[in-house]
Amino acid sequence: MADTIIRMNGKRVSASPGHSVLDVARKNKIFIPTLCDNPQLKPAGYCRVCLVEDLISGRLITACDTVASSGMDISTESPRVLNARCRMLELILMNHPETCVICEKGNTCELRQLASGYGLALTSEDRIGCLEAIVDANPFIHRDLSKCIGCQICVRACREIQGAEAIEFTGKGLRGRPLVAGGGELSGSACELCGLCVSLCPVGALMERPTSHRGIEDRSAAVICPYCGVGCSLYLEVRDNEIIGVRAGVPGSVNGPSLCVKGRYGLDYVGHTDRLTQALVRKDGELTEVSWEEALDLVAKRLGGIIKKHGPDGVGVLASAKVTNEENYLIQKFARAVIGTNNVDHCARL
Amino acid sequence: MTNSLKDVGQADVILLTGTNTVENHPVIAQMIKTAALSGDTKLIVVDPRDISMARYAEIRLRPGPGTDVAWLNGMAQVIISEGLWDKEFVEKRTEGFEEFRRSAKEYTPDLVHEITGIRPAELRKAARLYASAPSAAIYYAMGITQHVTGTDNVMAIANLAMLTGNIGRPGTGVNPLRGQNNVQGACDLGALPNVFPGYQKVADDTVRKKFEKAWGVKLPARPGLTVVEMLDAAGRGDIHAMYVIGENPVLTDPDANHVEAALEKLDFLVVQDIFLTETAEYADVVLPSSASVEKEGTFTNTERLVQRTRAAVEPPGNARSDMEIITDLAGRMGYEQKRTEPAEVMKEIASITPSYAGISYNRLARRGLRWPCTDGKHRGTKILHGKKFARGKGRFHPVDYIEPDEMPDKKYPFILTTGRILYHFHSGSMSRRSRPLKEYVDHGSAEINPSDARCLGIREGSPIRVNSRRGSVDTTTRISSRSPQGVVFMNFHFAEQPVNKLTNPALDKAGKIPELKVCAVSIESL
Repeated sequence: MADTIIRMNGKRVSASPGHSVLDVARKNKIFIPTLCDNPQLKPAGYCRVCLVEDLISGRLITACDTVASSGMDISTESPRVLNARCRMLELILMNHPETCVICEKGNTCELRQLASGYGLALTSEDRIGCLEAIVDANPFIHRDLSKCIGCQICVRACREIQGAEAIEFTGKGLRGRPLVAGGGELSGSACELCGLCVSLCPVGALMERPTSHRGIEDRSAAVICPYCGVGCSLYLEVRDNEIIGVRAGVPGSVNGPSLCVKGRYGLDYVGHTDRLTQALVRKDGELTEVSWEEALDLVAKRLGGIIKKHGPDGVGVLASAKVTNEENYLIQKFARAVIGTNNVDHCARL
Repeated sequence: MTNSLKDVGQADVILLTGTNTVENHPVIAQMIKTAALSGDTKLIVVDPRDISMARYAEIRLRPGPGTDVAWLNGMAQVIISEGLWDKEFVEKRTEGFEEFRRSAKEYTPDLVHEITGIRPAELRKAARLYASAPSAAIYYAMGITQHVTGTDNVMAIANLAMLTGNIGRPGTGVNPLRGQNNVQGACDLGALPNVFPGYQKVADDTVRKKFEKAWGVKLPARPGLTVVEMLDAAGRGDIHAMYVIGENPVLTDPDANHVEAALEKLDFLVVQDIFLTETAEYADVVLPSSASVEKEGTFTNTERLVQRTRAAVEPPGNARSDMEIITDLAGRMGYEQKRTEPAEVMKEIASITPSYAGISYNRLARRGLRWPCTDGKHRGTKILHGKKFARGKGRFHPVDYIEPDEMPDKKYPFILTTGRILYHFHSGSMSRRSRPLKEYVDHGSAEINPSDARCLGIREGSPIRVNSRRGSVDTTTRISSRSPQGVVFMNFHFAEQPVNKLTNPALDKAGKIPELKVCAVSIESL
């Protein structure tokens, strides 16, 4: 099928078959705000923040789930659009708790970004009370559903990306809430605590624990997850040489937005106080701290002695499924070329 | 993997066996689950335990542990007897079919039922579904390989894939899922006793001469020993020193009492690790190394994808990278390693490893490359065995069912099978030092079928002792119908419950893999 031509904010733009009005806008660098949209999920049309006006029919339509069709004349910022969009945002804000000011989501909150962009704030008038218990049911996820805006990204991602279907949406619109499918707590459900829902929540309803302020990263680096063999990429956010955040979404990665519970929440072992920081040599039965000089000289001397006495095959080397390719290469080279044995293996069979 | 992860969703049928993917490879499980939910991919899940992937399966079979050759041959028998095999593929691309057909003939659904407990109608259904799919893939893991018949099991899988022409195309293949982030790379780069980098055999004179020239030294021709064999040799007094890097055999190798005795007997043990592991407790020298997120380098994942990893943080204190340590030590022992930067070392690797010849840091800057990648222009290989097999024609290897080395008897009436759980990893040296993971799960248990628990008079949480011919382990009971009757499942993450004190060190003859998935145990209430 050929592209169709539509008008958007007075300009002629082309739309690929099946593309939504939102897709066309994005392709043409026209900004339409959204809260329930995520490019990796099917469009839902729940938040109604992406309203635009079809100037021909005079109707306000949701840009995310309306397919662009020939002859459309769309305005993304007509007075009617702006008015309706602000009303939608105000309605969400009326339902939002005042804890906003101390919410760790801070300026990464998409609701806060949009509200500030449109000059809106939490108002004391017409507030709709919505107290909910804050739940820390497991060590990974902090849940404050009073901040839920009903976008259902969590429920959709759990189904569409994760395939777990562990949570379902109960109730309607701003009053609806994501709950454990079939009731009960996450720990007894199909949830694998992968944290995808937390990572995609546009507001502070689902947050990673602990939620105390850990500051903003100085830098981030893309690493390969150290656990299993899938080879997921993740960004480590680092502040003062400490890992303060883990994020998926490295371009071209095997895993896309997904990680598992270990990859997302289990990397803090790196900074554990048990880390070895000094070479140790056993003296009078006790492992005692020594310099690198002393430790390596001793290793060279003892290995040399054993090779001399028993031959190189008297030594065995275990390389590691946890170190890099380059290191494994050098380790087996060390065994073969320096010690002179093929007694080199690792835990491939274990 | 013969295929790449990108084509999970292209399979019409996926046969998963010996892989508890949801807990061991969660992100691959996610790809498989979404494919199944889309309705375009049908799953056949074959596992003794009622693993959670079964919820997504069209067909699920629960053979007894260690009976894989029987049901795999049985599937082939059904496919052949019903004329469902890919005649053109078998004719053009393979050899040894007639011999295979003869050997598979006796594995009738009735015999398979007797050996495995799989009902004949279910086996037929699974065979038909697998054989009639335009593209069918097999995924497996240690549930297939950790048996004395591990190599036979893999052969039986390969036979099935060749028989149905399910190899060399998108959505097909024989796809082992590797369990450690760089176990594929460690194998690729020659951390194995019989091969140099790129699986070039040490016993091959031409290959060895090439490496002797590149490294400037004379090299040993005789293949060395595997992990389990090295520890045996240490126990016998044939190996006197060991240098252990980033491994924890005290918790991960079979028959832990034997491992500990072997380590005790060594004249000299060096352990290089990031934590003082259970193995490091036996060391004469402990060298502090850096964690993977503290260094630059490459890792190769289960689909042969070589990817860059970056240093995110500095190593603590005086810890050094394994690369720095090993080059420093080589220097002190009289060998100068000239290239010491990761990118430079990769150049050295590429120069003598044909399957990595086209891999360089420049090319890896933006995305990974799947080997074989044979020159600087080669775009990597998504699917192996596309037009022909590495050896030319694919060879059928007839294999026969053999019982596990140790079967239950009166004294040890249960089968113990071991594995991992979602929330921890291997010997727990990393995951148990993660605050949230530790907070969520911090103890091991034995998963026992409700009817077995009733017979034993034990309840959920009851303290029990599990005994095998090699040792005893105290743990707590977890009652679940995930384990079939007569089978106990335990994980090996917790030093307080060192499950490998129980396991059987019997090895597969060819692959030298220990039979960690089956041994006989008894259970007593404490």
